[in-house]
Amino acid sequence: MEQFHTHTGLAVPLKRSNVDTDQIIPAVYLKRVTRSGFEDGLFAAWRNDPEFVLNQERFSGGSVLVAGPDFGTGSSREHAVWALQNYGFKVVISSRFADIFRGNSGKAGLVAAQVDEKVVSRLWDYIDTTPGAEITVDLVSRTITAGDGPDQIHDSFDIDDYTRWRLLEGLDDIGITLGHEAEIASFEAGRPSWKPVTLPG
Amino acid sequence: MGKTLAEKIWDEHVVRSAEGEPDLLYIDLHLIHEVTSPQAFDGLRLTNRRVRRPDLTLATEDHNVPTLDWDLPIADPVSRTQVETLRKNAAEFGVRLHPLGDIEQGIVHVVGPQLGLTQPGMTIVCGDSHTSTHGAFGALAFGIGTSEVEHVLATQTLPQARPKTMAVTVNGTLPDGVTAKDLVLTLITNTGTGGGQGYVVEYRGEAIEALSMEARMTVCNMSIEWGAKAGLIAPDQTTFDYIEGRPEAPSGADWEAAVAHWKGLVTDADAEFDAEIVLDASTMTPFVTWGTNPGQGAPLAATVPAPADFDSPTEALACEKALDYMGLTAGTPLRDIKVDTVFVGSCTNGRIEDLRLAASILQGRSVAADTRLLVVPGSVRVRMQAEAEGLHEIFTAAGAEWRGAGCSMCLGMNPDQLAPGERSASTSNRNFEGRQGKGGRTHLVSVPVAAATAVRGTLSSPADLDPVAG
Ligand code: SF4
Repeated sequence: MEQFHTHTGLAVPLKRSNVDTDQIIPAVYLKRVTRSGFEDGLFAAWRNDPEFVLNQERFSGGSVLVAGPDFGTGSSREHAVWALQNYGFKVVISSRFADIFRGNSGKAGLVAAQVDEKVVSRLWDYIDTTPGAEITVDLVSRTITAGDGPDQIHDSFDIDDYTRWRLLEGLDDIGITLGHEAEIASFEAGRPSWKPVTLPG
Repeated sequence: MGKTLAEKIWDEHVVRSAEGEPDLLYIDLHLIHEVTSPQAFDGLRLTNRRVRRPDLTLATEDHNVPTLDWDLPIADPVSRTQVETLRKNAAEFGVRLHPLGDIEQGIVHVVGPQLGLTQPGMTIVCGDSHTSTHGAFGALAFGIGTSEVEHVLATQTLPQARPKTMAVTVNGTLPDGVTAKDLVLTLITNTGTGGGQGYVVEYRGEAIEALSMEARMTVCNMSIEWGAKAGLIAPDQTTFDYIEGRPEAPSGADWEAAVAHWKGLVTDADAEFDAEIVLDASTMTPFVTWGTNPGQGAPLAATVPAPADFDSPTEALACEKALDYMGLTAGTPLRDIKVDTVFVGSCTNGRIEDLRLAASILQGRSVAADTRLLVVPGSVRVRMQAEAEGLHEIFTAAGAEWRGAGCSMCLGMNPDQLAPGERSASTSNRNFEGRQGKGGRTHLVSVPVAAATAVRGTLSSPADLDPVAG
């Protein structure tokens, strides 16, 4: 997993609440055998609407999604996180995330930044009035920043300490375990020789 | 204080243990199939990781494979892609694969034991909930998700919180004609589908010790159906006799060393379980399900229950919904339920002993006129063994379909499916809505009940059959 310290990117407003994982990626796409390539399934039903935010030229290349409350509810499919990442999102900002979605995000390296609902409204206003609006998400200081001058939006966000540590270090669960290589190797050295193997030695 | 069997195996596999963290467990054997592995291999590729121990990994094709025309390309393109992806991944990462057409191909939980790879005291995982089957050998075996599959591929370990332990003691002797399947279906109906939640369960007692390895696998297989994390049976002479001489079993001095170790894999007399259930095998009878989860079962001699028979409102509602889906009327004798299709197979009851038992009942008899019987061996080896014994001739003479190896009608992922509204008696493990095909209705049964049902066309036990003439 890549380290995440700070990211500045084009902001995309998703002005809906209760965006469940069936909306993020419909079940029909789960037959796939890959963990990549889910970007075409992202918000698939909504993308039939030419007005949908992802269909607007000004938001093309966006990497910070600013969504309404209760983002990621419903099924536990990790494909929802993969689809957002495959599309190019690095961060989702919302005032409330579903637990499983937040957990899956932490495993896969997508930052789920939880802010106050008022901050989401201000960000949406800022995006509406500022072509090419960018948001900076700083995981070190746990802050988001948008704009400058007296109207600058600068606030803190919530993310749990353990997930933050793993993201800062760029460690997924596998990465952490591989950090215990010496212990694994020494355990392996002590395994009895009669334990079965599947390949000729 | 002594240790339970589960604790002994656990402690032997802790690579690392730290305050506030789950234990890091070493995995002795990682089994793989085509459905839950593609994204895990993809994850390895994206992160430039290798399979740490290909020599502790084994892959087979089972869920998507057809049981007819298995020598032709798989007709369904989505299934074919999934199977081909497994082949590509196995080749790229150096994992041993038994593909369709290979003599060792079959259901992953049948293949491991028959190769002798499943041995006492091991930790075994697979991206499949019925990995609990391998617990029959006194191995700690449980199902995992796709992220965990990737974790095991990359590290041969898994972070795991220490589970609670439960003993299920089954005293007495199973009456004639009552099998391990009836035992475990009785247990699940008694405890409910969540009764084992959070526990590693050790099955013990006189009735368990008397079971063959095949029958022990049937019991452990269905541990997951009452929510247990894993099921275990202490290894004994029956276990050792089953393993000895198999292709991957230890031999010579290694065999002696292994058996010496395995003999210590028993729960100490002064060990304590977190929970205990005691059952009496001598009171058990042929047992079948009438509903849409494995805990909705009753003795074959009973009638279809009514929602009012249940004290809990949740269960009463569940009963009502199940009867509606199953198209059943409360009060109907279970024996009067007409069945369209009988399925003998799956990782619950698709081993050679199951086929011998089915053949012994079908010998000299015929499948009822409007009933279809599918006999599906769990692996190619099982198929060949059955043919060497002439069992296939008994099946075909009775009017049954004799198929190739795979998961088949256990789940609706390959061509063997129930049509909407069609009713089956199935030796598999799940009777969920649509499990065997959209709109299909499943009654879980033992092998003798399946065979007798095929002959009479209604749910039956061998005791209901007329004697074979001559
Ligand atoms: S036979 Fe059925 S339960 Fe067993 S592995 Fe195959 S699909 Fe799963």
